[in-house]
Amino acid sequence: MKKWTMTAVLSVTLLVLSVLSLFIGVVSVDAASLLAGDWKQWEIFLVSRLPRLLAILCTGTGMSVAGLIMQQLCMNKFVSPTTGATISSAQLGILLALLFMPNSTLWGRAVFAFASAVVGTWIFVWFIQKISFQDVVMVPLVGIMFGNIIGGVTSYLAYRYEMTQALSSWLVGHFSMVMKGRYEIVYLVVPLMILAVVFANHFNIVGMGKDFSRNLGVHYHVVLFAGLTIVAMITASVVVVVGSISYIGLIVPNVVAMFKGDRIKGTLADTALFGAIFVLACDMIGRVVIAPYELPIELVIGILGSILFVMLLLYRLKNGRKAVRIKAAEPACCSCRMPELEGGEV
Amino acid sequence: MIIKGLTKNYDGKKVVDDISFEIPRGKVTALIGPNGAGKSTVMGMISRLIGRTEGTVEFMGKDIREWKSRELSRKLAILTQSNHTQMKLTVRELVAFGRFPYSGSRLTPEDEKMVDQAIGYMELEEFQDRFIDELSGGQRQRAYIAMVIAQDTEYVLLDEPTNNLDIYHAINMMKTARRLCDDLGKTVVLVLHDINYAAFYCDYICAMADGKIARFGPVDEVITKENLSEIYRVDFEILEVQGKPLSIYY
Repeated sequence: MKKWTMTAVLSVTLLVLSVLSLFIGVVSVDAASLLAGDWKQWEIFLVSRLPRLLAILCTGTGMSVAGLIMQQLCMNKFVSPTTGATISSAQLGILLALLFMPNSTLWGRAVFAFASAVVGTWIFVWFIQKISFQDVVMVPLVGIMFGNIIGGVTSYLAYRYEMTQALSSWLVGHFSMVMKGRYEIVYLVVPLMILAVVFANHFNIVGMGKDFSRNLGVHYHVVLFAGLTIVAMITASVVVVVGSISYIGLIVPNVVAMFKGDRIKGTLADTALFGAIFVLACDMIGRVVIAPYELPIELVIGILGSILFVMLLLYRLKNGRKAVRIKAAEPACCSCRMPELEGGEV
Repeated sequence: MIIKGLTKNYDGKKVVDDISFEIPRGKVTALIGPNGAGKSTVMGMISRLIGRTEGTVEFMGKDIREWKSRELSRKLAILTQSNHTQMKLTVRELVAFGRFPYSGSRLTPEDEKMVDQAIGYMELEEFQDRFIDELSGGQRQRAYIAMVIAQDTEYVLLDEPTNNLDIYHAINMMKTARRLCDDLGKTVVLVLHDINYAAFYCDYICAMADGKIARFGPVDEVITKENLSEIYRVDFEILEVQGKPLSIYY
């Protein structure tokens, strides 16, 4: 039963925050008038508030699950769609779509973003496998450099063809443009995550290494690149609708793994829930701080995310890779002291 | 398992050169030899982890390459040294992966029973909910062996299982290998560095040097002063302890 405590707490938190978020915004919407059948309020509710909430939930769950899978597949805790060039590749794809098909629909751009995110991620992983770095920190560093090169190409092309304005809304993630009719692509995250659940054990086994996978009869490269494709597609669906959302794929899986270990089957639900809570909370902060204006989510996440990340690093420095155990320390593991839940909830 | 003309080239250099022998079924066989003799490469080739340049590896009537990967993983398990993972898995979760070739992601009650048995066999009950990266080297090695036991294969291949273990754990590892053969009827093949472990706990020894088989046969035939001096190019003395040849080198 203890296994499910965390999941239950996260679910309830998410539910409460979701309901709250529906009533935060420039135009006040309240439950009483909705119940009274106020037409105007219902319209705002259905066209803007609800789509925004759904987009946030898809983004939070999607990006954190994508990060989780990517970290497992690359056997590196610091790899994520941000530090693995996936996001910047998707952005380049969107720019190419804007250049070659100026009248493209959201779906047209999405196809470009999918293709280039998949290719970019594959190249990155192929490269790190080829070099096989001894030092774990090298991998995300190479990823960040690779991402910056792609970002540089994107910026150059954007300046060259005067596209900077058009592109800017995909560079900094924000939810203010999410409205009925122009965000539905983000729902693609749902079937992709179901796929991730189905193949969770495969990803885990691949994360244990090539020899380990072969021994268990798992086709290492097939699963590796299929998994990366799922990651890239999830990321691209989010980037097309919301823009770049960094940190989540990096931090959320790491925080959850500290409590629950690395077995994907055991952590997937919590990772998704925590990711959704994190994004939702950040978005609500962004909406409230300078109301009636709002801060882009990327900014809020950047600040809170980096604080969380530093805390994570400090914890690692102090305690090594020791897992956080919430239950009282048994005599058998007297060295695991009761930890404070530092920065668990935002 | 019948190995014929097995050869491996790396960049034009022959690491393993035209090796032929047959692994005796239901026995413990050790591959020994100096560094760079090609022991681990042979191990990799006969377990389909690495490709070969030439030759055949016939396993239960079929070449190992023609086996479906999943079917093969129910007949043959290989544990390499590269299993030092960063992943936080509990011992039980790791052992449960051994059932993957049978049930995929969904464990049946019977799988759970096999996992329990494997954990019990390796005396890991008290550790089963601990994370493997928090265990000592010896405990972790036992957890991996438990996974191989849960995999329930007739052939078990272990690449340098005593590496990085102290004498106590190394000897226990060798005793476990012996039990896998005697109690569970498995065919065990090990790559070993220590000649005495091979001499005391194995039935057959395949001694390699420079990519070739120097000697192959029952322990008594291979472990002789002349053979070992030739293979390792140092002076050997062989004593008899408990009816087994104990080699001393200096």
